[in-house]
Amino acid sequence: MAWYVTKRLFYAVLILLGVTFITYFLMYLIPADPARQIAGRSATVEVVANIRHQLGLDLPFYQQYLRYLGNLLQGDLGRSYVQRSQVSDLMAARIGPTLQLMAAGIGVELVIGITLGIVAAIKRNSALDRMLMAFSFIGVSSPHFIAAMLALYFFAVKLGWFPLGGYGGIEHLLLPAITLGVLGSGWYSRMVRSSMIDVLHQDFIRTARAKGLTRVRVLLRHVLPNAIIPVIPMIGIDIGIFMSGLVVVESVFGWPGIGQLAWQAIQQVDIPIIVGVTTLSAVAIVVGNLIADIAVLFVDPRIDVKHS
Amino acid sequence: MQKILKGFALAALAAAISGAVQAQDTPKPGGDVIVTYQNDVATLDPAIGYDWQNWSMIKSLFDGLMDYEPGTTNLVPDLAERYEISDDGLTYTFHLRHGVKFHNGREMTAADVKYSLERTVNPKTQSPGAGFFSSIVGFDEASSGATTTLSGISTPDDYTVEITLSAPDATFLHVMALNFASVVPKEAVEKWGPDFGKHPVGTGAFKLKDWALGQHLTFVKNDDYYRQGIPYLDQIDFQIGQDPNVALLRLQRGEVDIAGDGIPPAQFLQFKNDPDFQKLMVVGDQLHTGYVTLNVTMPPLDNLKVRQAINMAINKDRIVRVINGRATPANQPLPPAMPGYDKDYQGYPYDPEKAKALLEEAGFGDGFDTELYVMNTDPQPRIAQAIQQDLSEIGIRAQIKSLAQANVIAAGGEEDQAPMIWSGGMAWIADFPDPSNFWGPILGCEGAVPGGWNWAWYCNEKLDAEADAANAMVKPDQQEARAERWGEIFTTAMDDAPWVPIFNEQRYTVHSARMGGEDALYVDPVHVPVNYDYIWVK
Repeated sequence: MAWYVTKRLFYAVLILLGVTFITYFLMYLIPADPARQIAGRSATVEVVANIRHQLGLDLPFYQQYLRYLGNLLQGDLGRSYVQRSQVSDLMAARIGPTLQLMAAGIGVELVIGITLGIVAAIKRNSALDRMLMAFSFIGVSSPHFIAAMLALYFFAVKLGWFPLGGYGGIEHLLLPAITLGVLGSGWYSRMVRSSMIDVLHQDFIRTARAKGLTRVRVLLRHVLPNAIIPVIPMIGIDIGIFMSGLVVVESVFGWPGIGQLAWQAIQQVDIPIIVGVTTLSAVAIVVGNLIADIAVLFVDPRIDVKHS
Repeated sequence: MQKILKGFALAALAAAISGAVQAQDTPKPGGDVIVTYQNDVATLDPAIGYDWQNWSMIKSLFDGLMDYEPGTTNLVPDLAERYEISDDGLTYTFHLRHGVKFHNGREMTAADVKYSLERTVNPKTQSPGAGFFSSIVGFDEASSGATTTLSGISTPDDYTVEITLSAPDATFLHVMALNFASVVPKEAVEKWGPDFGKHPVGTGAFKLKDWALGQHLTFVKNDDYYRQGIPYLDQIDFQIGQDPNVALLRLQRGEVDIAGDGIPPAQFLQFKNDPDFQKLMVVGDQLHTGYVTLNVTMPPLDNLKVRQAINMAINKDRIVRVINGRATPANQPLPPAMPGYDKDYQGYPYDPEKAKALLEEAGFGDGFDTELYVMNTDPQPRIAQAIQQDLSEIGIRAQIKSLAQANVIAAGGEEDQAPMIWSGGMAWIADFPDPSNFWGPILGCEGAVPGGWNWAWYCNEKLDAEADAANAMVKPDQQEARAERWGEIFTTAMDDAPWVPIFNEQRYTVHSARMGGEDALYVDPVHVPVNYDYIWVK
């Protein structure tokens, strides 16, 4: 177990190194000149050169990257070119709301996804099943921007059930979380459905029914715990997919999270924030997957890491 | 002989404003308002902030030696009570107000003024405004980092600042009214270091009470502000992260007082035609001109007749319709709100027939192929398409190069790269209301250098000499003559047709019905976008 975790941690570090390298390299290739951006349009050539030197942008790429890594290890993500604040401060101020929305959103995804998946599996090949699967298909393929705008328009503007965006109590959280949850639930419902159908065909289910257990008991005691296992690593992967949805949904709902920060930074070509948010997302995905993989060990005793 | 301007200009102005306002309604102190923006407020450090969102916030938190009458482009002394200009136009003596206090309670003195200017010029500050102070003696040494002081600034006593210039500069008082010249207290700057922009301390009408990053900022009234009765508002809450469409919906419901981002282009017609909104919408001029540069060094655009033909080929009214009428067609580089704008100048008429004839005369009867560079965000490519269509009418086949902003700017800064550039989304909004700001960087020889902004590469030494002469006219009684002279410089340049001036963009602010104050305050040409100090709640 300890060996397994160490190995996974080692891979995680490699992945993060790769992600920072690729992001940093792509940002290096962007033709926007940060020194000129900071210096403004009235700056002389000398002023621009001076700023470039202060930021270390006159160094060769590998030195810039190593410098970045060195600072990163000390928790220093640099200063934003536009806001001139520590990137770590900007992200720290926004991480709380993002985690809130993420937890609520994934919660809604799971509740809707698993419920629909179970219903669809039990009533498989019926009209209801086809309808639910079509719904999940529409959900996962809807563009977040349009869906979020529509949700805001109908439920906040027309019906007035929710406040018009912003951050605050549970009433502000519900609509963006439900929007994200409904859109993302399709992944789970499809997965739970096929996994349930798989399990339903297993011999031990027939045995359970044969020994006289009720349908409900078989479902809850034997089918569901087995069918739910693939969902757990899926949550780890989902964190990554979720981040991309957050960028858009947070911007529409005015939710002061990391996604909104990323969206602004991309528009302003604020490279330190873009690299910082990408690194943070990579960390979230890697850690999420790690936790999911370890959690599966506890849920499913059949998985044996000693021999893998 | 020394000309002395008395500080009573301010008193006169206050009287004029209150008189004008009283006609509709009397300003009333008190009230909290909510202003929304989509993007984070970048910084409130006056040496660094340089966008249209933080520009007027900084003006409300800080003061400089000079400012403008609210809602206008007329210069008035601010922290300076009065000033004198020496006969040779090289020395400015500012007499400071007594008893002006920073938000931390300390009195502002001449040493603070000197420190603040030196801080902006110091390369370590990385101020985008440092270049504006290049006319002060000692700028080169300070800007290279060799020294941290400006030898041209002296403080004979606590309430006098003397600034010596290396050449007469009629724009200098405007420069002293820029945010970059705001007075900051040294102890607060040193305490917060690079984070001063998040913990601003100034002498302005408001002070920052609270800033939750990414969520909101709260400005509260500075009770010690040196102008009696100003500001009217007790508190302004800036809510950050609000989508502009959502902000307008909330404004309709009365939850928001000013939608800081204005009206998104896609919603513009809908709001403009909505009778409920017309009362809430304020239209104002900006010091902006959108233009097509014609690179005078690249054949066949080096031919004057070709450039004139292009000027006559473009239907500017149609382009204004493309952007839903949010602008007025232009015929000269200067915008109408700028001193020196020539109302009688006719420019090149829209006349495709004549344009064709001119092309024929120039030997391009069959037209030619060329490229039109444009920034790739809406509505710029649509405008470029309209220009492309107009040009094809007279046989010019222009290929559109739609690129990211940075790439277009880079292409313009190379001498033989971009034959034509549509300036939309990049240039040019004046930094201060003086015509010289529309010349040097974008039409003068100084801007026609690699990495410069003179994308037409137009360099007319005779006109540059005229410009220098106009800038040496520093006396207050010469200002009218100076503006006229500047107007002539621009219309003369148009004889060479280095640009096609297309339109002057207008600005729209939407505010709730309970907001009071003249319309001009909501589209202030200098306190962009809104002059928070003088607006009030009914």
